[in-house]
Amino acid sequence: MSDTGRVEDARIGLRNGLRHIGALFRRNVLQARQDPESMMDALVMPVVFTLLFVYVFGGALSEDRGAYVNYVVPGLLGMMGVTIAMAVGTGIHEDFEKGVMDRFRSMPIARSSVLIAKVAMEVVRLLLSCVVLLSVGFLVGLHVGGRWPGLVGAAGLSTLFGASLVWIFILLGLTLKTSQAIQAFGLLTLMPLQFGSSVFVPTGTMPGWLAAFADANPLSILAEASRNLVNGGAVAGPALGVLLWSAGITAVTAPLAVARFRTRTA
Amino acid sequence: MTREDSTGPEPNAVEVRGLVKRFGETRALDGVDLDVRPGTVMGVLGPNGAGKTTLVRCLCTLLRPDAGTMRVAGFDPLRQPRHLRRVIGLTGQYASVDEKLSGFENLYLIGRLLNLPRARARLRAEEMLERFSLAEAARRPAGKYSGGMRRRLDLAASMIGVPRVLFLDEPTTGLDPRTRNEVWEEIQRIVAEGNTVLLTTQYMEEAERLASELTVIDHGRVIERGTVEQLKSRVGGRTLRVRPADPGQLAAMAAALAEAGLAAATPAGAGAAEGELSLPVLDDAQLTAVVGLLAARGFGIADIGTHLPSLDEVFLLLTGRPAGERRKTPQDREGGPEGGQGHDQGHEGPGGREARETREAVA
Repeated sequence: MSDTGRVEDARIGLRNGLRHIGALFRRNVLQARQDPESMMDALVMPVVFTLLFVYVFGGALSEDRGAYVNYVVPGLLGMMGVTIAMAVGTGIHEDFEKGVMDRFRSMPIARSSVLIAKVAMEVVRLLLSCVVLLSVGFLVGLHVGGRWPGLVGAAGLSTLFGASLVWIFILLGLTLKTSQAIQAFGLLTLMPLQFGSSVFVPTGTMPGWLAAFADANPLSILAEASRNLVNGGAVAGPALGVLLWSAGITAVTAPLAVARFRTRTA
Repeated sequence: MTREDSTGPEPNAVEVRGLVKRFGETRALDGVDLDVRPGTVMGVLGPNGAGKTTLVRCLCTLLRPDAGTMRVAGFDPLRQPRHLRRVIGLTGQYASVDEKLSGFENLYLIGRLLNLPRARARLRAEEMLERFSLAEAARRPAGKYSGGMRRRLDLAASMIGVPRVLFLDEPTTGLDPRTRNEVWEEIQRIVAEGNTVLLTTQYMEEAERLASELTVIDHGRVIERGTVEQLKSRVGGRTLRVRPADPGQLAAMAAALAEAGLAAATPAGAGAAEGELSLPVLDDAQLTAVVGLLAARGFGIADIGTHLPSLDEVFLLLTGRPAGERRKTPQDREGGPEGGQGHDQGHEGPGGREARETREAVA
C-alpha cells in the first residue's frame, strides 16, 4: 500500500469532532428516554433536599424560616452538582462492562468525544435539577426581589462547577474496579465537603480549624456566590473563585480521564 | 506454504510477527505469527484463554502489545491507529450494541460516527437492517432482541463502514444451535462478498464452515496452521463409524471396503468402540460410496454415523497432552505427507517451534 509507513496524520478535525460528540450526546439522551428512572436523582433529590432542610432543620437553624429559605436554596443549587456527579462514576463503569465502548474505541473518533458527550448529558441533568430545585424553592417561599439575572447566573455557576466535578467522577469510574468502591469513595469524600461548608449554616459557629476548612471549601465559595447573586452582595470575588476552581479541576482531571479511557483494557 | 503466496503482488491483509502480550505473569500472547491474505477468511481456533481475544484486541488498536510487529490493511496499529480504525470492523465476543437504543438508532449512531451525513446514515442504517433481517424490529430497543438478533445487529454495525478487514471475535459463543446457524449464514454472505475476515472461535465446526485457513493457538502460541483440509487430514477429519448387525461380519465388512479401495478400515480401529468399524471419510462422495457398497454387498447395518473431532480432540492431538491410548495420529502426521511442514514451521517463530518440541517430546 502506498500509505505504508506514512506518518499518522489522520486528524479528526473540529467539524467531525463536534458531529461525533453530537451523535454520542443523542445516544445519551435516547438512553435516558428509554430508562426514565436514570433521571430520578436529578428530579427527586432537589425536592428532598429542599423540603428536608427548610422544614426539618430550618426552624431550628434560623429564627426566620423565610430567611433560611433564601440562605439555603442558593447553597443547595451548588450542591446539586455533587449529587449528580456521583451517579456518573457508576454509570461509566456500567457502560464499560459492555462491549459498546470497545466498538467506540476501535472507531475513527477522538476518544475524548465519548467523555465530552457524557459531560454534556450531565450538564443537561444538572440544569434540570436546578429548575426543579428553584421551583420547589419558590413554593416554599424563595424570593429574589427582581434579581432574575442573578438567579440565572447562580444556576450557571453551579452547573459549571458541577461539570468539573463530573470529570472527577468519570476519572474515578474509569480507575476504580467496582461500582461499590466508586460509591463508597464518593460518599467518604463528598460528605465532609458538603457539610463542612457554608451551604447549610454560616461558618461562624464552627470551631476555628473547621471554619478555616469550610471557608476554603469550593462548595462554600460557590454557595456564597450563589447567595449573593440571589440576595445581593459582593459577587465578583466568590464568582471568580468558582471559575478558577472549575477551570482548575477540569484542567487536571479531564486530560487524565481521557488518557485513562484510552488505555483502559476493560 | 501460505508464506510463499504472501510474497505475491498483493500484500497480506493482516501480518503479525512475534507478537507478545503479558498480563502480569501471564503471557497471553507468546510470540504469535499470523498472515491473512486479502479476500480470505482466517479462522483462529483455540480454547478459552488461548489468547484469541487478546490477539484481536491488539490488531484493533484496543491493546498495546509488549513486543512484535503488526500490520493490518497496510497500517501499523501502533503508529497509525487512526488510519487503521477507518478500515476495520469489529464484532466483539459480547454483542457490542447499546441495549437501550433501538436497532435503527444503534446503526444510525455508528454511521454518524463514521462521518456519514444524516440522510446517508439513515439510509445506510435502514439498508443494513433490511439486509440482516432486522427491519421489523428496527424500532424496538436492542435489549429486547433475541441473542441471534443482537449478534446480527452487531455484525450489521461492524459492516456499516464497509471495512477492508473485519474482525469477528467468537461471533456465536453462547448461542443455541439454531441461532448460531442464523449468524453463520450472515457471516457466509459477508465472506462470499470477498471481504477479508479474521474470525476467532472455539468451535471446530464453525471454523470449518466459515474459514478457508486456520491457525490454532494455545497458551498464546501458534501450535498449528494450514488450510482446513490440511488440518483435518492431520487430526483425522471426519470419521465414519459402522456397527454391523451381525458382529461376526466386522472383519468381512472391513475387507470388502479395503478391497474396493474405499478405506483402510480397521475393525475397532482408532477410537472405535467394540464391534464397530471406524474409518476416515474425506468427502461426502466417499461416504455415499461406502454406504452404497455395504448395501450392495448385503451387509446388515445396526448403527451408522459420522463424527467430527471436537476441539478437545484436536487439541489433544496437536498438543500431545496425555490422553490415554490415542497417541497415534501425531506420529502418523510427522511421517505423513504433511510432515515436511514441520521444517517450514521451524523458522516461523518461537511459538510454533516450541509447541512442536513439546509435541515431539510427548510423542
